Amino acid sequence: MGQASLDVVRGLGIPGKAALDTRILNELRAIVGKRALITCAEELHTYECDALTYFRAMPQAVLLPDSTEQVQAIVRVCHREKIPFVARGAGTGLSGGALPVENGIVIGLTRMNRVLEVDLANARVVVEPGVTNLEVTARVAAQEYFYAPDPSSQSVCSIGGNVAENSGGAHCLKYGFTTTHVLGLEIVLPDGTLVHLGGKMLDAPGYDLMGVFVGSEGTLGIATKITLRVVKRPECVRTLLAAFPSTNEAGAAVSDIIAAGMLPAAVEMMDNLSIQAAEAAVHANYPDCGALLLVELDGPIVEVETLMVHVEELCRKNGAWQIRVAQSDAERALVWKGRKAAFAAMGRIAKNYIVQDGVIPRTALQQVLSEIDSLSKAAGLRVANVFHAGDGNLHPLVLYDESIAGQSESAATLSNRIVELCIEAGGSITGEHGVGEDKKKVMSKMFSEPDLETMQRVRCAFDPLQLSNPTKIFPRPRLCGEKPGEYVQHPLETAGIAERF
Amino acid sequence: MDPGSRSTGIATSTMEAELSAIVTPVRVRVAGPGDRVAGLQPQLVVEPANELEVAKVLKFANDAGLAVIPRGGGTKLEWGNAPRRADVVLSTKRINNVVEHAWADLTVTVEAGCTILQLAETLGQRGQRLALDVLWPEEATVGGVLSTNDSGSRRLRFGSLRDLVIGMTLALPDGTLAKSGGKVVKNVAGYDLPKLATGAFGTLGVITRAVFRLHPAPRFGKSLSFQVQSPEQVQGLFSAVQNSKLAHTSLQVRVASDSRAEVDIVLEGTEAGVNAQEKQLLALVGAPYAPPFPAKIWIARTDLWSNPDTVGAIARISVLPAEISAAIQLIDRVAKSRAIRWRAVLQATGLGCLRIEGTPESQRGMFEELRAHLQRSGGSVVILRRPAGMGSLDAWGDAGDALPLMRAVKQQFDPKNTLNPGRFVGGI
Repeated sequence: MGQASLDVVRGLGIPGKAALDTRILNELRAIVGKRALITCAEELHTYECDALTYFRAMPQAVLLPDSTEQVQAIVRVCHREKIPFVARGAGTGLSGGALPVENGIVIGLTRMNRVLEVDLANARVVVEPGVTNLEVTARVAAQEYFYAPDPSSQSVCSIGGNVAENSGGAHCLKYGFTTTHVLGLEIVLPDGTLVHLGGKMLDAPGYDLMGVFVGSEGTLGIATKITLRVVKRPECVRTLLAAFPSTNEAGAAVSDIIAAGMLPAAVEMMDNLSIQAAEAAVHANYPDCGALLLVELDGPIVEVETLMVHVEELCRKNGAWQIRVAQSDAERALVWKGRKAAFAAMGRIAKNYIVQDGVIPRTALQQVLSEIDSLSKAAGLRVANVFHAGDGNLHPLVLYDESIAGQSESAATLSNRIVELCIEAGGSITGEHGVGEDKKKVMSKMFSEPDLETMQRVRCAFDPLQLSNPTKIFPRPRLCGEKPGEYVQHPLETAGIAERF
Repeated sequence: MDPGSRSTGIATSTMEAELSAIVTPVRVRVAGPGDRVAGLQPQLVVEPANELEVAKVLKFANDAGLAVIPRGGGTKLEWGNAPRRADVVLSTKRINNVVEHAWADLTVTVEAGCTILQLAETLGQRGQRLALDVLWPEEATVGGVLSTNDSGSRRLRFGSLRDLVIGMTLALPDGTLAKSGGKVVKNVAGYDLPKLATGAFGTLGVITRAVFRLHPAPRFGKSLSFQVQSPEQVQGLFSAVQNSKLAHTSLQVRVASDSRAEVDIVLEGTEAGVNAQEKQLLALVGAPYAPPFPAKIWIARTDLWSNPDTVGAIARISVLPAEISAAIQLIDRVAKSRAIRWRAVLQATGLGCLRIEGTPESQRGMFEELRAHLQRSGGSVVILRRPAGMGSLDAWGDAGDALPLMRAVKQQFDPKNTLNPGRFVGGI
C-alpha cells in the first residue's frame, strides 16, 4: 500500500492529480448517478467554502452519495487514484474545515439524512450524518428527551459535521460536548474499508478510536452512521438575566457561583457592545448595561428554585442592578434570542466582523479582557465580547470596515493576537469551531513538534496516504512512511542515551 | 509479531547498570515474587522520579528490546490477558504530585502515580471531586484507573474518566513525551489522545500526567435501597426511575444466586432538593427497605474481589440498559446449568461486574457461553480475574471489524511491542 503516493506527497506537499480524467468521472458518475455528480463551475461555487468564507478553493467535483455503499465506492476510487477528498455536511463550520482541497473532490453528505432508529428504552438514536442537530431532538421531544449538544447553528448544522468538529454549544458546561453523546460510529476509512467503533453499549473491548475520531475534523475518514445518546428533559429550567456595571463584576459573580458548588446548565456573558448589537437586531429587551449575565439552571423544581435564590444573592452581592428570572418557555426563548443572534447582530453595528473562538481558564477572564481592550484601542477597532463564561470560551468579535484601506488586515492581526493571548493565559486556540484551515498555523504555538508528531501517528494509522481532508489541522504533513525509533541491536550501543535525549 | 516469550539475552546486571544511570537517585531493584505479573517474573523494577526519566527508561527498554510493564498501585495488574513478556516493571509510584488544583476553574492537573484517595483529599479541601467511584481508591492511581478505564456507579451521571479527562502527557516507547488536550474544559484543538490512552491498558504509551474536569461535591446526599421480588421487576424499577425527572447520580442492582435482588439509588443536591426528590421517588416505586449493612452497598463492587476462601472468577459485562433483567436471567440460567454460585453488581448504564464460583472448567464454560450470547447483540464479557486452571480463555473477546485499525494504531505508537505485549485485545 502506498508506494506511489509518497512521491506525490513529497513533490506537492499534498497528494492529488492535476484534474480528474473522463474515465474517473464516468466511474464516479456510475456510483452516484448523473444528478449527484456536480462538475460545472457555477454549481461548484456553492461548495468552494464553508461559513468561513475567507478561504476558498474550487473542487474538481462534488459528489452527493445517498448510502454508505456509495461513500465506500467513491472513497475506493479516490484511494486507488490518490485523489484527496473532503467530506462536507451543512457547510456551517467556522474554521474552513470543509474547505475543498485543490485537485480533490468534495463528498457532500446532505442526502444521507435518515433517522435510522429511535430506541428510547435505551435512550439511543441512530442517524445518518446528514441529519440536522435539531432533528434529533425533534424526533424524541414528544417523549420528553432531547439531544444535548446545541451549537448556535443547530437548526441547520448536521450531526456528521458535529462529529467532525466535536461541536459544543451553550449547554455543554453541564451536559458535555458531542463526544460525550456519541456512543457508536460506522466509518468509511480512507481506503474504503467499513469499520464500526463503539456501539449502543458502553466500553466495547479495544481502543477508544471513536473518542479520537470525534473532533478529528474529517481527517480520519467519513462517518456514515452515528449512534447518539439522548437525555431526559429536566423537570424545570430557569434562566436568570442579571445586569452588571461591567464585565469585572459579572465575572466575579460567575466565580462566586462556581465557588458555591453550583454547576449551571449554562452561563453566558455579553458586553455592552454585543448587547447593543443584539438589541438592534432582535429586540430581546435587554437592559442597557456594561455586562449581562445569563445563568440557566435546570433539574428538579425544588433543587433549581433553592439554588436560583442563591444565584440571585450572589449576583446582587457583586453589583447586579437588575435581575430577571424567566419562568416560561416563551420568556426563556426571548432571553436566549438575543444571545443566539449575537454574531449575526454585529451586522447592525459594523460593516464587517471576524468571529474569534478562543478558550481561557475562566479565572483569567479579567486579565484577558483588559488586554483585549488595550489591543482594541491600539488598533482603533471595536471588539465585542460574547462568551460562554462558565467554561471560559471567548468569542471576541472584531468589527471593521473593509472599504477603509488597511482595516481588514488590522482586524485579522488583532483577531490573531487575541488567540495568542488565550494560549499565553493557559487556554486553547479553539473551544468549538475547530482548527480547520484557519488555525493550523497557530497549532505550533499551542503544541510542540513532538506533540503534533504524536497526534499525526493516529492519522498515519487511519490514513497512510493522507487523502482524507489532507491539508487541515496540522501545520505540516507527516510522512507516514517514516518509521519512528530505529531498532538498536546491541544494548551497549545505547550508552549515552541520556545525553542524546 | 513477538519473537519469543523471553525478550533478550542481556544480563540483568547490565540492564540494572544502564537504568541506574537514568533514574536518580537510583531507584532500580531486582524484581521479587511480589512483582510477578500474571505468573511472569520480571527482572527489574524501576521507579523514575519524573516524566522525563519515564521517557528515558522507555527509550532504553525499547532500544534494548525489553518488555515494559507500567504499574501504578498494582491493584488491577491481573486484568486483561497475561503479557507475553515482562522484563521491566515501570512504577509511577514516585511521580505522584497534585500539580495544580485550579479550583475556580474546576480543573486539576495531577501526576499519574497519585492515588485516587490522595487526589480526592486535595479536591475535598475546596469542596470538589473527581466524580468517579473507583475500586480501591487508597491504592489505585490516576494512571492505572485511566489505563483500565475503571468506573463505578457515578458513571450514570458523570461519565467515566474518558469523559472527565481533558489533557494528558504520554511517554512513548521511542522516548517522546507528548502532551495533548489542555487545561481548559472546552478545547477542540488537535486529536483527542487522552481518550485514546484511556482504557488502552498501557499498550500505547505510559500516562505521566493528566488534567481532569471536576465537579462540585454535593452539599447533601441520600442513599435509598429497594428489595425486588424477581429479576423482571429490576427492569421495571430501573425504567421508572430512568424515565422520571429525578436527577439521581447512581442506580444499581445487587443480585446473587442465593439472595433476592436489591436496587440502590443515590440522590444528591441541596437538602431541600434531595428531600423533595425522595418524596417523588417513593411515590414512584413504593417503600424503601433498610438494608442490614448500609455501609456495604456502595462498595459492593469492591466486595466481589474479597472473600479469598472461595475461588472466584470475575468479569465485567456490558449490556443494553433495557436488558439488565434479561442479563440477570441469562446469568442465572447459565450458572444453574453448571452448578455455579454467582454475585453481581449491575449499573443502570448497562455495565456490571459478575463474580462466579465453581470449578475452573465450569467457570470457563460459563464465561464462554455468556460471551457468545451477549456478543451476538453487541455486548461484551471482559475477564478481570481468572483463577488458576481456567486456561487460556481470551480476556477480551471479539474486538469487531476495527481490530486491524487498532493494530495499525499500536504499530504507530509502539512498533516493537515494548509496552505490555499481549495484554490487550487481539494479541496487542
